[in-house]
Amino acid sequence: MAALLEVKGLKAFYGQTQSLYDVGFEIPDGGITTLLGANGAGKTTTLRAICNMVRTDGTIRFAGKDIAGQATEEIVRLRIAHVPEGRGTFTTLTVDENLRIAAYTRRDKAAVHADLERVFGYFPRLKERIQQQAGTLSGGEQQMLAIARALMLKPRLMLRDEPSFGLAPLIVQEIFRILRRINEDDKVSILLVEQNAALALDLATHAYVLETGRVVMSGPSSVVKNDENVRKSYLGY
Amino acid sequence: MEQFLQQIASGLANGAIYACVALALVMIYVSTDHINFAQGEMAMFSTYISWQLMTWGVSFWFAFVLAVVFSFVLGVVIERAILRPLHNAPVLSIVVVFIGLLAICNSVAGAIWSYLIKEFPSPFPKSSFGIAGVIGPHQLGVVIVTLVVLGLLFAFFRYTPLGLAMRAAAQNPQMARLVGVRVDWMLALGWGLAAAVGAVAGIMVAHIVYLDPNMMGGILLYAFASALVGGIGNPGGAVVGGFIVGVLENMVAYAGNQIEKATGIYIIGNGEKLTVALIIVITVLTVKPAGLFGRVVVKRV
Repeated sequence: MAALLEVKGLKAFYGQTQSLYDVGFEIPDGGITTLLGANGAGKTTTLRAICNMVRTDGTIRFAGKDIAGQATEEIVRLRIAHVPEGRGTFTTLTVDENLRIAAYTRRDKAAVHADLERVFGYFPRLKERIQQQAGTLSGGEQQMLAIARALMLKPRLMLRDEPSFGLAPLIVQEIFRILRRINEDDKVSILLVEQNAALALDLATHAYVLETGRVVMSGPSSVVKNDENVRKSYLGY
Repeated sequence: MEQFLQQIASGLANGAIYACVALALVMIYVSTDHINFAQGEMAMFSTYISWQLMTWGVSFWFAFVLAVVFSFVLGVVIERAILRPLHNAPVLSIVVVFIGLLAICNSVAGAIWSYLIKEFPSPFPKSSFGIAGVIGPHQLGVVIVTLVVLGLLFAFFRYTPLGLAMRAAAQNPQMARLVGVRVDWMLALGWGLAAAVGAVAGIMVAHIVYLDPNMMGGILLYAFASALVGGIGNPGGAVVGGFIVGVLENMVAYAGNQIEKATGIYIIGNGEKLTVALIIVITVLTVKPAGLFGRVVVKRV
């Protein structure tokens, strides 16, 4: 399988502080890859670096094209959907407006309409709340809206930061089920950052472990899952 | 009674002007958190452009449209050329730039067209327009034109993809980038629209206050008061605030006149109208800082 996203020697800086030193990984087209690591290891920063939301240095190739240094909005237009941690929605806009703005860059109006219907198929709850302001939705509904919003971009790659953040276990399970369907049915490749390593390793085909801004381990999820250090540090048994 | 209605009507006409300028201020405020002190002077400059076109023989409405388009372009250019490089500058630097812009517009207009006060025509027919004894043709015309412009703006922001993108960019620039909105251009566009709305206000009010480089000074203050009354981050509130302030200043002066007539004691009159605006500013800021329609912003720490 060819790599959809190729990252080599990635460094990132917040002001004078360097938070990524040498991050490299590949995301196969059509797969789900997860980044594991403790708080502060640089997982979120890696996602932000891909979209040029922090100062970065290194190589980032998407579908064979060098995208390092391009403006965030231009990278998004290559159909990379980044759903940031927490509530990735416009809180003062309605659900309907959130979904419409998500398809702002698309010109294929008929396909947008079909995608809207499909998104409502995944999240019927959003259809009931279509005229409600996003900020008034429950935490789970906002997560659904954030994913729905990302889907409306018709992404080739989805960068998903902490989908379980602040949610009840049942809702987390539902969100992960939907992420799998999105990957299988819509052929969206996913790069997943998740605190809950057990869940992430179940969903993902490949895993990379970050420590203080460096990749310290990588491989197929099944292998990483059984690594003794990973088990002790991230899985807790 | 007739005098009372007259005062309300002229208050509404003035209020329409304040509403436009207040909306211009709010449009820039919501996306940048800055108050453009030069908004009034930019509008004045646009008004001179329309006047110049008219003296060259261009008809009123054509000159109106050209001046509004010119203002739009000027607004975009100012944002791109002057404010873009100051994107991460501290607030004070930006305030200084605004004051500089104010002074530049004022003195350039003075240099080109002199500080002599000029008459400015009204496009509205004298007879059979307005309601005799209550509202004059120009006042009624001003209310109609501004309401049409405000309605168009509302429809633009509410119903078009570009308007939606501008609102998204103002609400959460980083998220807007993540859905592919070119946020920098949205800001420039916002400046253009604000300048255009300001120009409409300037051209409409010039017949009433006459044309001179300092014509917008007081109006900017009223507009600021209006924006605060409505809630500085709320465009609809700014418009309502404009009408409230316009009517209120007339009512205060009217009440003062009535008291003087009845008792012979002078408390307040037409001369103190601007003071009323300042009192409104101070009262709103101390009693209800979020304004009538504003939301109290609570920051999670």
